[in-house]
Amino acid sequence: MLKSFEPNKIFKITSKAPKYVLFLFIIVLSIGLMEALFLSPEDYKQSHSVRIMYVHVPSAWLSLGIFSVITLLSIGMFIFKNKNFSLIAKSLAPIGFLFSIIALVTGAIWGKPTWGTWWAWDARITSMLILALFYLMYLLAWKIFDNQDKVIKITSFIAILGFINIPIIKFSVDWWSTLHQSSSVKILSKTSIHSSMLIPLAIMTAAFTLFSILIFLMKYNTELIKIKNKGLDRL
Amino acid sequence: MINEIFSMNGYGLYVWPAFIFTLISFASLFLITKLQLLKEKRKFTDKFGSLDSEKLKIVESQQTNRRILEDILSSKI
Repeated sequence: MLKSFEPNKIFKITSKAPKYVLFLFIIVLSIGLMEALFLSPEDYKQSHSVRIMYVHVPSAWLSLGIFSVITLLSIGMFIFKNKNFSLIAKSLAPIGFLFSIIALVTGAIWGKPTWGTWWAWDARITSMLILALFYLMYLLAWKIFDNQDKVIKITSFIAILGFINIPIIKFSVDWWSTLHQSSSVKILSKTSIHSSMLIPLAIMTAAFTLFSILIFLMKYNTELIKIKNKGLDRL
Repeated sequence: MINEIFSMNGYGLYVWPAFIFTLISFASLFLITKLQLLKEKRKFTDKFGSLDSEKLKIVESQQTNRRILEDILSSKI
Protein backbone atom coordinates (compact mmCIF):
# COMPACT_ATOMS: atom_id res chain seq x y z
CA MET A 1 0.00 0.00 0.00
CA LEU A 2 2.86 2.35 0.84
CA LYS A 3 4.27 1.82 -2.68
CA SER A 4 1.24 3.76 -3.94
CA PHE A 5 2.76 6.81 -2.22
CA GLU A 6 5.99 6.64 -4.27
CA PRO A 7 6.60 9.97 -6.05
CA ASN A 8 6.89 8.27 -9.43
CA LYS A 9 3.43 6.69 -9.14
CA ILE A 10 1.86 9.87 -7.76
CA PHE A 11 3.46 12.04 -10.49
CA LYS A 12 1.77 9.89 -13.13
CA ILE A 13 -1.58 11.15 -11.77
CA THR A 14 -0.59 14.64 -10.59
CA SER A 15 0.88 15.64 -13.96
CA LYS A 16 -2.21 14.73 -15.99
CA ALA A 17 -5.06 15.51 -13.61
CA PRO A 18 -4.83 19.34 -13.11
CA LYS A 19 -6.45 20.36 -16.40
CA TYR A 20 -9.46 18.08 -15.80
CA VAL A 21 -9.79 19.25 -12.21
CA LEU A 22 -9.59 22.90 -13.33
CA PHE A 23 -12.35 22.35 -15.90
CA LEU A 24 -14.59 20.65 -13.33
CA PHE A 25 -13.82 23.32 -10.73
CA ILE A 26 -14.88 26.15 -13.08
CA ILE A 27 -18.18 24.41 -13.85
CA VAL A 28 -19.01 23.59 -10.24
CA LEU A 29 -17.95 27.05 -9.02
CA SER A 30 -20.12 28.75 -11.66
CA ILE A 31 -23.15 26.74 -10.58
CA GLY A 32 -22.32 27.40 -6.93
CA LEU A 33 -21.99 31.16 -7.43
CA MET A 34 -25.30 31.33 -9.32
CA GLU A 35 -27.00 29.51 -6.46
CA ALA A 36 -25.21 31.40 -3.71
CA LEU A 37 -25.62 34.92 -5.09
CA PHE A 38 -28.94 34.82 -6.94
CA LEU A 39 -31.04 31.66 -6.63
CA SER A 40 -30.86 30.79 -2.93
CA PRO A 41 -33.29 32.61 -0.62
CA GLU A 42 -32.39 35.35 1.83
CA ASP A 43 -32.58 34.67 5.53
CA TYR A 44 -35.61 35.95 7.50
CA LYS A 45 -33.27 37.57 10.08
CA GLN A 46 -30.00 38.23 8.25
CA SER A 47 -31.50 39.05 4.85
CA HIS A 48 -28.93 38.84 2.05
CA SER A 49 -25.91 38.91 4.37
CA VAL A 50 -26.50 35.16 4.87
CA ARG A 51 -25.04 34.67 1.39
CA ILE A 52 -21.57 35.21 2.90
CA MET A 53 -22.12 31.79 4.49
CA TYR A 54 -21.50 30.21 1.07
CA VAL A 55 -17.84 31.32 1.07
CA HIS A 56 -17.22 31.53 4.80
CA VAL A 57 -18.39 28.07 5.88
CA PRO A 58 -16.70 25.95 3.15
CA SER A 59 -13.44 27.86 3.77
CA ALA A 60 -13.64 27.16 7.50
CA TRP A 61 -14.46 23.49 6.97
CA LEU A 62 -11.63 22.99 4.51
CA SER A 63 -9.04 24.83 6.59
CA LEU A 64 -9.84 22.50 9.51
CA GLY A 65 -10.00 19.42 7.30
CA ILE A 66 -6.71 20.13 5.57
CA PHE A 67 -4.89 20.76 8.86
CA SER A 68 -6.24 17.45 10.16
CA VAL A 69 -4.89 15.69 7.07
CA ILE A 70 -1.52 17.41 7.52
CA THR A 71 -1.42 16.18 11.12
CA LEU A 72 -2.30 12.61 10.05
CA LEU A 73 0.44 12.70 7.43
CA SER A 74 2.93 14.01 10.01
CA ILE A 75 2.10 11.14 12.37
CA GLY A 76 2.24 8.72 9.42
CA MET A 77 5.67 10.09 8.54
CA PHE A 78 6.97 9.20 12.00
CA ILE A 79 5.41 5.74 11.96
CA PHE A 80 6.18 4.65 8.40
CA LYS A 81 9.32 6.80 7.85
CA ASN A 82 7.97 7.73 4.40
CA LYS A 83 9.29 11.23 3.53
CA ASN A 84 6.73 11.50 0.74
CA PHE A 85 4.09 12.04 3.46
CA SER A 86 5.79 15.28 4.43
CA LEU A 87 5.94 16.31 0.77
CA ILE A 88 2.18 15.80 0.46
CA ALA A 89 1.59 17.73 3.69
CA LYS A 90 3.84 20.57 2.48
CA SER A 91 1.81 20.73 -0.76
CA LEU A 92 -1.48 20.94 1.15
CA ALA A 93 -0.44 23.66 3.59
CA PRO A 94 -0.70 26.76 1.31
CA ILE A 95 -4.29 26.07 0.34
CA GLY A 96 -5.24 25.31 3.95
CA PHE A 97 -3.66 28.58 5.04
CA LEU A 98 -5.53 30.49 2.32
CA PHE A 99 -8.84 28.99 3.44
CA SER A 100 -8.17 29.97 7.06
CA ILE A 101 -7.55 33.57 5.93
CA ILE A 102 -10.68 33.57 3.76
CA ALA A 103 -12.71 32.22 6.70
CA LEU A 104 -11.37 34.98 8.99
CA VAL A 105 -11.85 37.82 6.50
CA THR A 106 -15.31 36.77 5.30
CA GLY A 107 -16.26 36.09 8.91
CA ALA A 108 -15.23 39.63 9.83
CA ILE A 109 -17.23 41.03 6.91
CA TRP A 110 -20.24 38.97 7.98
CA GLY A 111 -19.79 40.01 11.60
CA LYS A 112 -20.27 43.71 10.89
CA PRO A 113 -23.93 43.62 9.76
CA THR A 114 -24.77 40.68 12.07
CA TRP A 115 -23.03 41.58 15.34
CA GLY A 116 -22.20 45.20 14.68
CA THR A 117 -18.46 44.53 14.87
CA TRP A 118 -15.71 43.44 12.46
CA TRP A 119 -13.92 41.49 15.19
CA ALA A 120 -14.53 40.01 18.63
CA TRP A 121 -12.24 37.92 20.83
CA ASP A 122 -14.84 35.21 20.69
CA ALA A 123 -13.74 31.58 21.27
CA ARG A 124 -14.46 30.42 17.72
CA ILE A 125 -12.87 33.43 16.03
CA THR A 126 -9.80 33.45 18.30
CA SER A 127 -9.18 29.72 17.84
CA MET A 128 -9.51 30.15 14.05
CA LEU A 129 -6.89 32.91 14.23
CA ILE A 130 -4.63 30.52 16.15
CA LEU A 131 -5.13 27.95 13.39
CA ALA A 132 -4.06 30.51 10.78
CA LEU A 133 -0.96 31.23 12.87
CA PHE A 134 -0.13 27.51 13.05
CA TYR A 135 -0.45 27.31 9.26
CA LEU A 136 1.88 30.30 8.96
CA MET A 137 4.44 28.72 11.31
CA TYR A 138 4.25 25.51 9.31
CA LEU A 139 4.89 27.29 6.01
CA LEU A 140 7.64 29.51 7.42
CA ALA A 141 9.42 26.49 8.91
CA TRP A 142 9.74 25.01 5.42
CA LYS A 143 11.22 28.28 4.20
CA ILE A 144 13.60 28.91 7.12
CA PHE A 145 15.23 25.54 7.73
CA ASP A 146 17.51 24.03 5.08
CA ASN A 147 18.21 20.65 6.65
CA GLN A 148 15.57 18.25 5.28
CA ASP A 149 15.42 15.95 8.31
CA LYS A 150 15.29 18.87 10.74
CA VAL A 151 12.50 20.67 8.88
CA ILE A 152 10.40 17.49 8.62
CA LYS A 153 10.67 16.99 12.42
CA ILE A 154 9.87 20.65 13.19
CA THR A 155 6.91 20.88 10.79
CA SER A 156 5.52 17.58 12.04
CA PHE A 157 5.76 18.88 15.60
CA ILE A 158 3.97 22.11 14.62
CA ALA A 159 1.19 20.09 12.91
CA ILE A 160 0.70 17.72 15.85
CA LEU A 161 0.72 20.58 18.37
CA GLY A 162 -1.66 22.64 16.24
CA PHE A 163 -4.10 19.74 16.06
CA ILE A 164 -4.98 20.33 19.72
CA ASN A 165 -6.71 23.49 18.46
CA ILE A 166 -8.98 21.65 15.99
CA PRO A 167 -11.52 20.24 18.49
CA ILE A 168 -11.37 23.58 20.34
CA ILE A 169 -12.48 25.34 17.14
CA LYS A 170 -15.18 22.74 16.51
CA PHE A 171 -16.66 22.65 20.02
CA SER A 172 -15.95 26.23 21.13
CA VAL A 173 -19.53 27.26 20.30
CA ASP A 174 -20.83 24.48 22.59
CA TRP A 175 -18.30 24.84 25.44
CA TRP A 176 -18.43 28.62 25.82
CA SER A 177 -20.98 31.38 25.48
CA THR A 178 -19.94 32.83 22.13
CA LEU A 179 -21.13 35.41 19.61
CA HIS A 180 -20.64 32.82 16.88
CA GLN A 181 -23.71 30.66 16.30
CA SER A 182 -23.60 26.92 16.97
CA SER A 183 -23.44 24.36 14.15
CA SER A 184 -26.39 24.16 11.80
CA VAL A 185 -24.96 21.37 9.67
CA LYS A 186 -24.68 18.19 11.72
CA ILE A 187 -23.34 14.76 10.81
CA LEU A 188 -24.79 12.66 13.64
CA SER A 189 -28.15 14.40 14.00
CA LYS A 190 -30.67 16.30 11.89
CA THR A 191 -29.32 19.38 10.14
CA SER A 192 -31.24 22.53 10.99
CA ILE A 193 -30.48 24.28 7.70
CA HIS A 194 -33.11 24.15 4.96
CA SER A 195 -32.32 22.35 1.69
CA SER A 196 -32.71 25.61 -0.28
CA MET A 197 -29.56 26.76 1.55
CA LEU A 198 -27.97 23.38 2.18
CA ILE A 199 -27.71 22.51 -1.52
CA PRO A 200 -25.88 25.72 -2.53
CA LEU A 201 -23.64 25.25 0.52
CA ALA A 202 -22.82 21.71 -0.61
CA ILE A 203 -22.10 22.87 -4.18
CA MET A 204 -19.77 25.63 -2.97
CA THR A 205 -18.02 23.17 -0.63
CA ALA A 206 -17.52 20.83 -3.60
CA ALA A 207 -16.11 23.73 -5.66
CA PHE A 208 -13.70 24.71 -2.88
CA THR A 209 -12.64 21.07 -2.49
CA LEU A 210 -11.91 20.86 -6.21
CA PHE A 211 -9.82 24.01 -5.92
CA SER A 212 -7.89 22.43 -3.05
CA ILE A 213 -7.21 19.36 -5.18
CA LEU A 214 -6.11 21.54 -8.12
CA ILE A 215 -3.64 23.55 -6.05
CA PHE A 216 -2.37 20.43 -4.30
CA LEU A 217 -1.69 18.71 -7.64
CA MET A 218 0.20 21.72 -8.98
CA LYS A 219 2.14 22.25 -5.75
CA TYR A 220 3.07 18.58 -5.45
CA ASN A 221 4.35 18.55 -9.02
CA THR A 222 6.42 21.64 -8.25
CA GLU A 223 7.96 20.04 -5.15
CA LEU A 224 8.76 16.84 -7.01
CA ILE A 225 10.42 18.66 -9.89
CA LYS A 226 12.34 20.80 -7.34
CA ILE A 227 13.75 17.62 -5.78
CA LYS A 228 14.72 16.31 -9.21
CA ASN A 229 16.39 19.65 -10.02
CA LYS A 230 18.50 19.32 -6.85
CA GLY A 231 19.37 15.81 -7.96
CA LEU A 232 20.50 17.10 -11.35
CA ASP A 233 22.71 19.70 -9.60
CA ARG A 234 24.45 16.93 -7.68
CA LEU A 235 25.36 14.94 -10.81
CA MET B 1 -33.52 45.11 -11.21
CA ILE B 2 -29.73 45.20 -11.54
CA ASN B 3 -29.61 47.77 -8.74
CA GLU B 4 -31.51 45.37 -6.50
CA ILE B 5 -29.06 42.57 -7.30
CA PHE B 6 -26.09 44.74 -6.40
CA SER B 7 -27.59 46.48 -3.36
CA MET B 8 -29.21 43.35 -1.82
CA ASN B 9 -31.29 45.52 0.53
CA GLY B 10 -28.14 47.34 1.59
CA TYR B 11 -26.21 44.15 2.37
CA GLY B 12 -24.47 44.16 -0.99
CA LEU B 13 -21.80 46.30 0.65
CA TYR B 14 -20.78 43.21 2.64
CA VAL B 15 -21.72 40.32 0.35
CA TRP B 16 -19.94 41.43 -2.82
CA PRO B 17 -16.60 42.24 -1.15
CA ALA B 18 -16.67 38.84 0.61
CA PHE B 19 -17.14 37.01 -2.68
CA ILE B 20 -14.70 39.23 -4.58
CA PHE B 21 -12.05 38.73 -1.89
CA THR B 22 -12.52 34.95 -2.11
CA LEU B 23 -12.28 34.86 -5.88
CA ILE B 24 -9.24 37.14 -5.98
CA SER B 25 -7.57 34.95 -3.34
CA PHE B 26 -8.25 31.87 -5.47
CA ALA B 27 -6.92 33.53 -8.61
CA SER B 28 -3.80 34.77 -6.79
CA LEU B 29 -2.93 31.38 -5.31
CA PHE B 30 -3.56 29.67 -8.63
CA LEU B 31 -1.33 32.15 -10.45
CA ILE B 32 1.48 31.95 -7.88
CA THR B 33 1.39 28.15 -7.86
CA LYS B 34 1.29 28.01 -11.67
CA LEU B 35 4.28 30.38 -11.97
CA GLN B 36 6.26 28.34 -9.43
CA LEU B 37 5.53 25.17 -11.38
CA LEU B 38 6.55 26.73 -14.71
CA LYS B 39 9.76 28.07 -13.11
CA GLU B 40 10.78 24.62 -11.87
CA LYS B 41 9.88 23.01 -15.19
CA ARG B 42 12.04 25.58 -17.02
CA LYS B 43 14.93 24.89 -14.60
CA PHE B 44 14.58 21.15 -15.20
CA THR B 45 14.60 21.62 -18.98
CA ASP B 46 17.68 23.88 -18.81
CA LYS B 47 19.59 21.53 -16.52
CA PHE B 48 18.56 18.50 -18.54
CA GLY B 49 19.71 20.17 -21.76
CA SER B 50 23.15 20.92 -20.34
CA LEU B 51 23.95 17.31 -19.36
CA ASP B 52 26.61 15.24 -21.16
CA SER B 53 25.70 11.82 -22.63
CA GLU B 54 26.91 9.85 -19.60
CA LYS B 55 24.91 11.90 -17.09
CA LEU B 56 21.96 11.89 -19.50
CA LYS B 57 21.87 8.07 -19.35
CA ILE B 58 21.76 8.16 -15.53
CA VAL B 59 18.99 10.76 -15.49
CA GLU B 60 16.88 9.07 -18.15
CA SER B 61 17.07 5.75 -16.33
CA GLN B 62 14.90 7.18 -13.52
CA GLN B 63 11.21 6.79 -14.24
CA THR B 64 10.19 10.03 -12.50
CA ASN B 65 12.57 12.06 -14.67
CA ARG B 66 11.12 10.47 -17.80
CA ARG B 67 7.59 11.31 -16.64
CA ILE B 68 8.60 14.91 -15.91
CA LEU B 69 10.08 15.21 -19.40
CA GLU B 70 6.96 13.70 -20.97
CA ASP B 71 4.82 16.18 -19.03
CA ILE B 72 6.97 19.18 -20.08
CA LEU B 73 6.94 18.12 -23.72
CA SER B 74 3.19 17.48 -23.80
CA SER B 75 2.35 20.67 -21.90
CA LYS B 76 0.91 23.40 -24.13
CA ILE B 77 2.26 26.32 -22.04
